[in-house]
Amino acid sequence: MLEVADLNAWYGESHVLHGAGFEVREGEVVTLLGRNGAGKTTTMKSIMGLVPRRAGSIRFRGAELIAAPPERIARAGIALCPEERGIFGSLSVTENLLLPPIIAPGGLDIATIHALFPNLRERARTAHGTRLSGGEQQMLAIARILRTGAKLLLLDEPTEGLAPVIVQQIGRTILEIKKRGFTVLLVEQNFRFAATVADRHYVMEHGRVIDMIPNHLLASSMDKLHDYLGV
Amino acid sequence: MMILGIPAPLLFGQLLLGVINGAFYAMLALGLSIIFGMLNIINFAHGALFMMGAFAAWLMLHYLGIGYFPALILGPLVIGAFGIVLEKVLISRLYKLDHLYGLLLTFGLALVIEGLFRNEYGSSGLPYNIPRALSGVTDLGFMYLPVYRAWVVAAALVVCLTTWAIIEKTPLGARLRAGTENPALVRAFGINVPRMITITYGAGVALAAFAGVLAAPIYSVNPDMGDNFINTVFAIVVIGGMGSIMGSIVTGFALGVIEGLTKVFYPQGSATVIFLVMVIVLLFLPRGLFGKAA
Repeated sequence: MLEVADLNAWYGESHVLHGAGFEVREGEVVTLLGRNGAGKTTTMKSIMGLVPRRAGSIRFRGAELIAAPPERIARAGIALCPEERGIFGSLSVTENLLLPPIIAPGGLDIATIHALFPNLRERARTAHGTRLSGGEQQMLAIARILRTGAKLLLLDEPTEGLAPVIVQQIGRTILEIKKRGFTVLLVEQNFRFAATVADRHYVMEHGRVIDMIPNHLLASSMDKLHDYLGV
Repeated sequence: MMILGIPAPLLFGQLLLGVINGAFYAMLALGLSIIFGMLNIINFAHGALFMMGAFAAWLMLHYLGIGYFPALILGPLVIGAFGIVLEKVLISRLYKLDHLYGLLLTFGLALVIEGLFRNEYGSSGLPYNIPRALSGVTDLGFMYLPVYRAWVVAAALVVCLTTWAIIEKTPLGARLRAGTENPALVRAFGINVPRMITITYGAGVALAAFAGVLAAPIYSVNPDMGDNFINTVFAIVVIGGMGSIMGSIVTGFALGVIEGLTKVFYPQGSATVIFLVMVIVLLFLPRGLFGKAA
């Protein structure tokens, strides 16, 4: 579904990605693991067209997107749930939820979203999205891209800084949306969490993908993984 | 009748003038605020575009026989389209640079536009008559109210509140607000933010031009008419809080009234009172009266 090859990205003079390559198949949940600064978030932003300069190849359903602006990448069917969640404080909870336009049929309707995230129904009238708790904001950030009909979801550290009970809920949500046919590319620091949801893991270091570990081999690859992640 | 030692007709007369000026302040500050929010540019050409609105009305009447009411629609459309061309051809090239360049560009544009109009039409001012339907005076009992002035205040209020409602209460407005906060993320949702920015500039310019057409029968149509307003309007945007929509409207009207009252009670201070208010507000509320915390 998504094939990334020889991806390079720059912020001004600093060269952040050095030929990263990986693929995500339809219906999979795939994680990018790696230490801070390995280039995971930059990879997500590069796929979405949000870095100042990038080169290489990003093919989505066969179409090359390396030169496309973000709005066209979104309309091709990729949606981002950004690091720091990106909830808009000047928009109400409902406005935040309805902000991303529907780009294709097959998204979840509001009733389904409220069933997945009961908190959001209770907080629908909240006037400022940023008044929500961190966990609620994270749910809102995921919920709003489930509506749009985008089938590849890029989730950038959805569990960061959240209480364990919320992390569990987000884990269940990821498995639920996988069941509904969405494909997920997930950035995670926490590989124990990643292990509960993902099919495969790519390990990034210094702007490159250095290894791929299928989830069923994760347990037997612990030594290697500790080495990679320095934990 | 005397109020606070001031003859009532004088007091009400100045109050009315204050409200009228306030109406123009509000419309201009509103456009500046919208443009600042989306483009992050302080649009120094705003006064020149306001003036172009007034000239559009005059030119349409003299060369095409198009009257006031059609001009009220056509003027903003034509000048708004001109604004869209300006944004596309010139301003949009500067988004990657420091905001200061946008300010310098629009300042230069204002000088060029005003210079061209001065060359062509001189600076003495061209008369534009009040349309017959809005001429005349109503006796309110305590004062005489020129119908056209009442119309200006009403039209300004309707336009300002409609703009506010569109921005604060509609899905389109939600996109604008989101685009102001985090344009990159809004693009990543599939919304064409560059086009939204262009249209926003056009809309802000159209607001200025609408104010210009309204102003044509009150102030003489001349190339410098924007200059007289724009310094005050910048102060009002700062007092209201950069980028705040309701702040611009309320502050615009309020400071028009304050200025009017100063003319009654301390005429010498009327030219500076707004800047005095600005200093005081900035000392205690650096983000302005309605500004949001970062």
